[in-house]
Amino acid sequence: MAISRDEVLHVARLARLALTDDEIERLTGELDAILEAVGIVSELDLAEVEPTSHPLDLVNVWADDEPRPSLPLEDVLANAPEAEDGLFRVPAWRQ
Amino acid sequence: MAAVVDTLRLTAEEAAGLLERGELSPAELRGAYLEAIAERDGELHCFLRTVEETEGDGVPIALKDVISTKGVETTAGSRILSGYVPVFDATVAGRVKKAGLSLLGKTNTDEFAMGSSTENSAWGPSRNPWDPERVPGGSGGGSAAAVTAGLAPWALGSDTGGSIKQPSALCGNVGLRPTYGSVSRYGVVAFASSLDQIGPVAKTVRDVALLYSIVSGRDPNDSTTAELPEPVRLPEGESLAGLRIGVPTELNEAEGIEPGVGEAVRRALELVTGLGAEVEECSLPRSVRYGLACYYLIAPAEASSNLARYDGVRYGPRAEATSYQELVDRTRDEGFGDEPKRRIMLGTYALSAGYYDAFYGQAQKVRTLIIEEHREALSRFDVLVSPTSPTVAFRVGERAADPLAMYASDLLTIPSCLAGLPGLSIPCGLSEGLPVGLQLIGPQFGENLLFRVGHALERALAFDTVPERWR
Amino acid sequence: MTWEPVIGLEIHVQLKTRTKMFCRCAAGFGAGENTQTCPVCLGFPGALPVANRTAVEWTIRLGLALGCEIAERAVFSRKNYFYPDLPKGYQISQYDLPSCIDGKMILPTSEGDRVIGIVRAHLEEDAAKTVHVGGRTGRIGGADYSLVDYNRGGTPLVEIVTAPDVRSAEEAKRFLQLLRQTIVELGISDAEMEKGTLRVDANVSVRPQSSDELRTRTELKNMNSFNFVARGIEAEVERQVAVWESGGEVKQETFDFDAATGALTPRRAKEEADDYRYFPEPDLVPVEPPAELVERLRTELPELPAARIRRIERKLDLERATVLVTGGLDALWEQTVAVGAERVAAANVIANNVVGAGVAPAAVPARELARLVEARERLPRAAFDEAIAKLADPGFSADPYLAQEAVSDTDELEPIVARVLEANPGHVEAYRGGKEGLLGFFVGQVMKETQGKANARVVSELVRAKLSA
Repeated sequence: MAISRDEVLHVARLARLALTDDEIERLTGELDAILEAVGIVSELDLAEVEPTSHPLDLVNVWADDEPRPSLPLEDVLANAPEAEDGLFRVPAWRQ
Repeated sequence: MAAVVDTLRLTAEEAAGLLERGELSPAELRGAYLEAIAERDGELHCFLRTVEETEGDGVPIALKDVISTKGVETTAGSRILSGYVPVFDATVAGRVKKAGLSLLGKTNTDEFAMGSSTENSAWGPSRNPWDPERVPGGSGGGSAAAVTAGLAPWALGSDTGGSIKQPSALCGNVGLRPTYGSVSRYGVVAFASSLDQIGPVAKTVRDVALLYSIVSGRDPNDSTTAELPEPVRLPEGESLAGLRIGVPTELNEAEGIEPGVGEAVRRALELVTGLGAEVEECSLPRSVRYGLACYYLIAPAEASSNLARYDGVRYGPRAEATSYQELVDRTRDEGFGDEPKRRIMLGTYALSAGYYDAFYGQAQKVRTLIIEEHREALSRFDVLVSPTSPTVAFRVGERAADPLAMYASDLLTIPSCLAGLPGLSIPCGLSEGLPVGLQLIGPQFGENLLFRVGHALERALAFDTVPERWR
Repeated sequence: MTWEPVIGLEIHVQLKTRTKMFCRCAAGFGAGENTQTCPVCLGFPGALPVANRTAVEWTIRLGLALGCEIAERAVFSRKNYFYPDLPKGYQISQYDLPSCIDGKMILPTSEGDRVIGIVRAHLEEDAAKTVHVGGRTGRIGGADYSLVDYNRGGTPLVEIVTAPDVRSAEEAKRFLQLLRQTIVELGISDAEMEKGTLRVDANVSVRPQSSDELRTRTELKNMNSFNFVARGIEAEVERQVAVWESGGEVKQETFDFDAATGALTPRRAKEEADDYRYFPEPDLVPVEPPAELVERLRTELPELPAARIRRIERKLDLERATVLVTGGLDALWEQTVAVGAERVAAANVIANNVVGAGVAPAAVPARELARLVEARERLPRAAFDEAIAKLADPGFSADPYLAQEAVSDTDELEPIVARVLEANPGHVEAYRGGKEGLLGFFVGQVMKETQGKANARVVSELVRAKLSA
C-alpha cells in the first residue's frame, strides 16, 4: 500500500477538502495506484544531483520601489461573495 | 463587394490581408466567425461564452478560459470560478488587444488545465471536429477544435504538460508550446508555475509564428520571463539543407504508440530527408521512462499550492458555513471536480513532512537529469522529432474512468516541458481517418528554428486541415 | 539549586519601503480599508509576485549590521497554510536559503561584551488584518464573523532569529533596545512595538546554572513593549522553575502574556501541528547579490550603536553611554561637549531634560544647549525648563534666559527668608525640635514668594543659618 486511508484523511485536512466517505474511498484507491506509478523516481540514485526549481536560469529580477495605482475599491470587491463596509466578510475562525 | 469568407480555410494571415485591403470590414469578418459558431458550436461545444462587444477591429481570436479577460467571465473550466469576472486583463490578453485583435470568446478547457481531453471541464467536454464522438484533446481542446472547425482563425492556449500540443495533434492543426519564460503567465490561472506557458494555436506555422510574436517577450509583472534573444522571424523557405534532425528512440518507439501514428511520423521524416536535412537516431535514456512520474509529482505539488487561494473568501461561489474552516473545506469540496482534487491530494502528499525528499525533492533531481539529456541531444542536433501523441483522438468516455490511462496521453509531450523547451506540433498525416501530430522540439529560445522546419515540412506535407466530413 | 534562563528571541521588523514586498501598492497606514490592494496582494487568480529591490537591499544592510554572512544565493519559499489573513493560502518567505545567516549582536556590559548570536535574518511578506466581530442579535444564531482588510497584506517583513544566548529578562530588554536603535539608524523601519512595526516573540526555557543542556522551551507571544517582554519572560522563567522544582516537567506550549494581570494564558493546542510543506517559490527567481552591491552596502553602514557605546563609555560611563546611544542622543551629546559643556552634566541634561521636554535631539543647536548646561545651577528653575522646551525653535538663542539669573543676593533674600520664618512659627519650632526635613518647606515658601527666581541653594543656606542662630 503506497498510501493508507488515514494518510488520505490527514492530507485532506492539510488541503482543506471536506471529502465525502465515497470520495475518500475512491481517492485512496486512485492515489495508491498513482503513487505506485510515480514512485518509480526512487529507482534512481541522485544523491549527487542538484534539484531544479526553475527551468530558466534567471536571478535577481527586482522592481524599483515606486508606487503604482492600486485597484479602486469597487474592483476589489466586485467578485466578493460577501462584503461589509469595504471589507471582506467571512465566518469567524472556529477555536 | 465583400469577399466570401470560408472560415474553415481562411488563415489569420489571409484574414489580415483582407482587412488591410478593405475587401472585408472588421464587422463582416467577425460576423463570419460568429455565424460559424452559431452553425457548428452546438455540436462541438468549443466556446464557453462569446463576446458581444469588442474594441478590436483586427483579426478575431479565441482565448482559453484560463486567461483572465477584464469584464469577461473566466472560469478555468471550474465551478469554483463560476461567475468570476476578472477586473484586470492577463498580460497576453492585453497584448492581443493592443495588437487590435478582437476577442471572439473563451474556449473550453479541462478544469484548471488538468486533463488531456476536456472531459474534466465542469461545463462538459468539447468534441473533435473530425469525429464528434471523440475528444479534441486537452486541456486546451476548446481552442484547438475551434481553430480546426473554422470558429476562430487562431487562438491562445496554455501548455503545462502538452495541453496545447496534444489537442493540436488530435485536431490536426498547429500548436506551439513556447520556451518557458518567453511568454508572460501574469493573469493566467496558474496550474503548475514552473511548467505553464501560454502559446498560439492556428492552422499554419506562419500564423502561429505571427501570434507568438504578438504575445511573447519579457513582462515586468512576471519575474520568470526573459527578453527574446532575437526577434521572431516568419518562416519562408522550403529547404532544410544543413539541418540535423534527431529522432530520440525512446520517444518514437515508446510503448503505447499506435502503429498508424508511428507510420505517419516515419513517412514525414522521409520527406524531411528529401528537404535536405540529415536525420539520425539519438537517445534520451531516462527522460521518457521517468518523465511522467517526474511530472506527476512536480505539477500536482505546485498545483496544490496554487489552488489554495480558492477558498470562497474573495471571489467565486461560497458554501454554507458557520466557521471559516467550514467555509473553506466545503467551498473547495463543492467547487473542485475530481481531477483537481486528485492532484491537490497528490501534490500535498508529495510536499508533506516525511515525504518531501522521496517525492517532490527526488522529482526535482530527476528534472535536472531530463534537462541535461535534452541539452546533450540538442548539442548534436538542431531539432528533435517524435509523434506528439501516442494515439489519435480516443472516444469520449474511453479513458475518463482511469486517471493513469489519461495521464499516459502526455507521455511524449511531457519530457521537453520539464526541460522548459519549446515544442511545435504540426499535422503530418492521418491514421484511421484521424489526424496525427508530429512534434518538433527545439533548444531554449529556438522558436525561429522550429518555425523554419515546421513551415518547410508543412509545405511538403500539404496536409488539409479541413476535416474530411466538411470538404 | 540555581537556575539560569535560556532565552531566544524572534523579531519581526516591518520595513518602511514605499511599496509592498511583491507588488507596487503603496505600503503604510492611513488609507481606507482595501484601497491599497491589487490582484497580487489580493491573491486573485493568475496574479504573480515581483520582488521589491529596496526591500532586498535593506535586508542585506540589516544583515551586515548584525554581522551576518550574506548568502550568495537566497531563495524565496512558500509556507503553505490556510487563514483568513492569507489570501494566497501561502506566505512567500525564505526557508532553507535565507538572505542572512550566522551573525551576532554585541551588548556592551560592565563585565565585558555579551555576544548574542543571530542565527538568521530573512525576508517575507506580512499578512492582512482581520477584525473579529462578535455575534449580533437578530442574526440567525448570532454568529461571529470576521472582516478582512488586505491593505497591510504584502508589506515587507524581516524576521530575525537569535540563538538562545540571552540569559535574563533584563538582558532581553537591553538587546531589544540596542537592536531597535540599530534598525532605526539604518533608516529601514520605525521599529515601534506599539505600532506593530516591531514584533517580538520569546522562546524560554531554564536549566541548572552552568549546565549546557537545553530543556523544553515554551513560546511567549502578544507582548507589545520591551517592558512587557521582560516581564513576560520573568513570569515564565518563574513558572518553569516552579514546575521543575516541584518534580514536574515543562511542556511545549505557547502563551499569551497579559501585562495588566501578569498572567500567562496558554493558547489552545491546535488540532494538528501545522505542516507548512515549504518548497522553493517557482514564481520568483533566486537572489544572488553581486559582490559589488554587498561591498557598497557594507561601506555605507554608519558607525553602529554597540561600537559607539564602547567609544563613548571611555569618556563617560557605561550606563550613561548606553542610555545616550540607545536613545539616539549621543550625536547631540558629542556636539555639546565639543563646544565646551561638561560631559556628565551634558549627558544628564540631554537624557533627562531634553528628552523629558519631548524635544527632537536632531533639531537642538548644540552651542546654545552647552550654554544652558553651564548655567543650569544659576538659572531659575522655570527659566531653565522653558529654555529647554524651546531649544528646537528656529533661531533659538539662550541669551534671554541666561539673563534671568536666579537671585543669589543675600541682601535681597534675607528679608524674605525672615518673613517666611515669622509667618510659620509652628514649623520653626518643629524644625528646631528635630524635624530637619522641614528645611524643604521653608525653601519652598521662599521660592513661592520669589516666583521661582531665587537661587535655591543660597536660600537653603540662609534658612539653615537663621534657624540655627
